[in-house]
Amino acid sequence: MFPASKLPILHLPAFILILPVKRFLTILAFALLAIFVLSALVGRYPVPGFLSFERLTQDELAQRLLFNLRLPRLLTALLLGMTLSAAGVVFQLLFSNPLVEPGFLGVSQGAAFGAALSIIFFGGSALVTQTSAAVFALLGLGISYLLAHRLRYGGWVLRLVLAGIAVSALFSAGLGLLKYIADPLTQLPEITFWLLGGLASLTWGKLLSILPIAIAGLTVIYLYRWRLNLLSLNEQTSFSLGVAPGRERWLLIFAAVLPTAALISVSGMVGWVGLIIPHIARRLSGADAQFSLPAAMLLGGVFTMLCDDLARTLLAGEIPLGVLTSLFGALIFLALMIFQQTRSRR
Amino acid sequence: MTQPILSFRNVSFGYLPSHPILQDVDFDLHTGQVAAVLGPNGAGKTTLLSLTLGWLAAWTGEIHLTGIPLKTLPPRERGRRMALVPQSEHIPFEYTVLEYVLLGRAPHLPPLEMPGRDDYQIAANALGQVGLSEMQNRSILNLSGGERQLVLVARALAQQPRLLLLDEPTSHLDLSNKGRLIHLLRELSGRGVSILFTTHEPEVASALADHLMLMQKGQLLRNGTLDEVFTSQDLSLLYQLPVSVVEVNGRKVALWI
Repeated sequence: MFPASKLPILHLPAFILILPVKRFLTILAFALLAIFVLSALVGRYPVPGFLSFERLTQDELAQRLLFNLRLPRLLTALLLGMTLSAAGVVFQLLFSNPLVEPGFLGVSQGAAFGAALSIIFFGGSALVTQTSAAVFALLGLGISYLLAHRLRYGGWVLRLVLAGIAVSALFSAGLGLLKYIADPLTQLPEITFWLLGGLASLTWGKLLSILPIAIAGLTVIYLYRWRLNLLSLNEQTSFSLGVAPGRERWLLIFAAVLPTAALISVSGMVGWVGLIIPHIARRLSGADAQFSLPAAMLLGGVFTMLCDDLARTLLAGEIPLGVLTSLFGALIFLALMIFQQTRSRR
Repeated sequence: MTQPILSFRNVSFGYLPSHPILQDVDFDLHTGQVAAVLGPNGAGKTTLLSLTLGWLAAWTGEIHLTGIPLKTLPPRERGRRMALVPQSEHIPFEYTVLEYVLLGRAPHLPPLEMPGRDDYQIAANALGQVGLSEMQNRSILNLSGGERQLVLVARALAQQPRLLLLDEPTSHLDLSNKGRLIHLLRELSGRGVSILFTTHEPEVASALADHLMLMQKGQLLRNGTLDEVFTSQDLSLLYQLPVSVVEVNGRKVALWI
């Protein structure tokens, strides 16, 4: 009766056909652990390469290096990757659009503006810059939200997108102005480095200052992972399925943006993770957010840890993390687009 | 008579105060009844469904679902009592057919709970009822328009509603799937599910419904049993076109020029 059903299943990657999704997630989790351990050992002390077990037990400097510098940095990279990816999944589902990412809605540009403002006017100590970036990231979200309520054009999604674009543009204009008046010898380089993103100056203190909010946000998102699917449907349909779309959407937007703002405030701009990782996760585990969310979190953690490993070990000097994530993210994105299987779409 | 599952009391609605879309709509739907809302394009049929769903709020008048004012029903309770089959739906991601049908279990799950084995079984059965069992692991984006419409029906069935709302349910279906869907819906009504659907095809209304509401310019022109309302006179009035009703093998068919 339905001859089409006899066609081979072409739309899912071959990988998933031989591997049940739960086993795939388990393997991914173990891979993440392994990469975590290896990342902790890799570095340029005393020579580029891995720390040996003997050195770790005997060399006190190596121990301090590992515990005071590498571990907090590595954990932050992991948390950053997980948060950006989870927030990316949430945003793409909520906006029914695979091309949005957590930084939009004025969040990223707001944080950048806040950081530059602090560097120029408030002395630019790490704590002040972090606070200012977080405050302006949230301000960006807040203004986008209020604007979206004021706009009298289009549906929920379109209004928020328009508001987000406008707010981002305003902040980036402000950032341009700040760069223009910044002292070119001291302040401008600092702003530039912040914009390039990096975890070089990470300490336990910084990590602990953002940990509670990141864990809280990720927990909410994780618990909501199946219901996220419902929010990707059009509003009337999700309403008919017993969802209160307005309330649940805002809960998830805040659960995604608050940790993102917190992490951006310590890491600076780290682009492309929130955009590309959810795509890859959907390719590997299917669209159902029940599985694609954990997959994206694990993949995001792995991706960011690996990028940060390269950032700190590849050259004698530090390569900005944001440069590497954008480089690899964009390359992967292009590869996905080029090797995309043809499929019928409306 | 027993309490109606759905009642509209003098309901009016519109987007602009000067332009009412529905005016003084008043009807009851009883358990197991199948009612068709028939009318030309733009008569307000879909608006009527959106009001029933609670998605739009009436200007004036009262809507009761199972005797409870619709406004006071919590979302999950509403989702368990009533399901909607939209005419079509934008599907943004490559869900598999089964994953999509499974979303119909949402109102039955406690908050934050994942669907369990039973839910998968119910969703698979619902897919079987619309004849798409073999497609459960295929991407929903690879289905034809008609198959997608049946998937939307399956999702509504997985909701196990007491009232099923369908918006132009047969618009994308070929003859055999049309027949299958009509058969399925009649079977559901036999099991006590009430059905309210819109259509602009008189044949579908006469093949499926036992009650008929004729809608024109936001008002109920006629409301009654199929025999009372499916007449040459009323249909001619509805469509402003000479329509004659003839009976073929016990079923009424509308003929026009």
